[in-house]
Amino acid sequence: MNNKDGNVLSVREISKYFGGVCAVDNVSFDVREGEILGLIGPNGSGKSTLFDCVLGQLSPDSGEVRIGNTNVAGKRPCELNKLGIARTFQTLQVFSQMTVLENIILAGQEHHGSMFSRLFGKRDAGLTEAADEMIAFFRLTHVRDEMAGSLSYGQQKLVDAAMAFVAGPKLVMLDEPAGGVNLTMLVDLKERLKTFNKEHGATFVIIEHNMEFVMSLCTRILVLANGKIIAEGDPDKIRNDPVVIESYLGE
Amino acid sequence: MRPVVIAGLIALGLLVILPFGLKSYGIYVLTLWMVYSIAAMGLNLTLGYAGQVSLAQAAFLGIGAYTTAIMLKAGYPFFAAFGVSAGLAFCIGLVLGYPALRVQHHFLAFVTLGFNALVWLVFRNEEWLTGGTYGLMGFSRPTILGVDTSNQVVFYFFSLGIFLLLAFVLWWIVRSPWGRAFQALRENPIRANSLGVDVRRMTLLAFAIGSAYGGMAGSLFAPLVEFIDPHSFTLDTSLMLLLMVIIGGSGKFFGPILGALLVVLLPEGLRFTEGLYLIIYAGLVIVLMVFCPSGLLGVYDRLSAAVRIRLAGRQEPSGGDVP
Repeated sequence: MNNKDGNVLSVREISKYFGGVCAVDNVSFDVREGEILGLIGPNGSGKSTLFDCVLGQLSPDSGEVRIGNTNVAGKRPCELNKLGIARTFQTLQVFSQMTVLENIILAGQEHHGSMFSRLFGKRDAGLTEAADEMIAFFRLTHVRDEMAGSLSYGQQKLVDAAMAFVAGPKLVMLDEPAGGVNLTMLVDLKERLKTFNKEHGATFVIIEHNMEFVMSLCTRILVLANGKIIAEGDPDKIRNDPVVIESYLGE
Repeated sequence: MRPVVIAGLIALGLLVILPFGLKSYGIYVLTLWMVYSIAAMGLNLTLGYAGQVSLAQAAFLGIGAYTTAIMLKAGYPFFAAFGVSAGLAFCIGLVLGYPALRVQHHFLAFVTLGFNALVWLVFRNEEWLTGGTYGLMGFSRPTILGVDTSNQVVFYFFSLGIFLLLAFVLWWIVRSPWGRAFQALRENPIRANSLGVDVRRMTLLAFAIGSAYGGMAGSLFAPLVEFIDPHSFTLDTSLMLLLMVIIGGSGKFFGPILGALLVVLLPEGLRFTEGLYLIIYAGLVIVLMVFCPSGLLGVYDRLSAAVRIRLAGRQEPSGGDVP
């Protein structure tokens, strides 16, 4: 799915306005295969809006988004998901009245078989085994058959992340995966994302405010402020960039 | 065996034995219960599983009933009329699903309410087709495989067969990955969309299949009552079908069947109270909704959960948060 430059995702001159407010202002960037790209910036800098524009949740007012060689203009989120992009949302989005297992199977079932086979085929779409592996990987086996809504916040966060991975996506876009997760689980989560990156070749774009998490995980970082990219580079460069320090990181 | 299987077998046994101990009117009421159950099951798919509010199920009941009555009068066999009723309700339901792609919840309720009123007006005013306020009569119950169903008991078993078949089909749908997608639609359409669930297609299907069940119920309703007029398909009937779904347990497979049983039989059972029956009936509905908004099956769930917790309490406490 990569284009000729080896980019999984190319964003060109995207802008998005809400009324008179310019949430994303003429932003361009590429995501290279296999990298873990961090997207940071102060609240209201346009990070989540940028995600929504890339993933078909919002349509940008101008500019172009390409997944590999496919222009995604007019494509719906479900179609983009089938192209191999998975995401999580900033707020917790699990299906609280389904069990953990059902949540994970749901996240994979639309990638297996046809509309027809999903009606007449197996109840679990043949996914129980793969789902159980994913559940074990995120250490959720002991709550496999509990309603997702009855789990703790941190556990639900893991279910949310596990849902993004079960279909074996090429590109995973995570919106604040570390928010509200305790320290030990955070270390765990980081290791898991690294494993997916190394062993399964998944490419990541991660929005996060936890700087330690971002700096130790990401291979490259984009800094957004007022809808514009103000800096780009590896974690060391970003940490020492005077513009970034002034507008976001602080001394 | 699981308790639900045992309960199902007992219920089935009762359904086979009951008509032989009942008078003609009793059998008629039981058949009516099955017909309304089919319509309520369809509404349960649309509303209970997929979360799309509809106040138009009576319109589909009417579309099925009028289609069947007109076709029977024209001499077509029953199953042709049944198929056309289902197909027509499916297609019109699909069209009614389109507003649901734009509006939700109480706005959608008003859209579907408007649709019900519109269909009712067609039934009442298009006299050349529907007989207007005089309705349609003069069609007889069908002969199926050489068996005349004009006998109340025979028609009862014929309806029971169709009821069980349609219940099985719905059970299959809600147990399939489609059912999971419908439930995802109800809980969180945006997240479902991001996971590859084609929300547009599933919303339309939820309406179309639910409406087809309304149409098929109507197709049985016409030969059951042997006379139809617009009065049977007003908003009141849509609200009654909604009540069946809610009172039994929305989003639970047996909910609408149980709800329909209560809504159809309770007024009959309260007949001895004469003028008081509507007051008692309304009072019971209010009490149930206040104390158990998840319906009768919600009461069962609560009790069984309480029993499980008590049993678990005797053993070691399980679960707990993992750091």
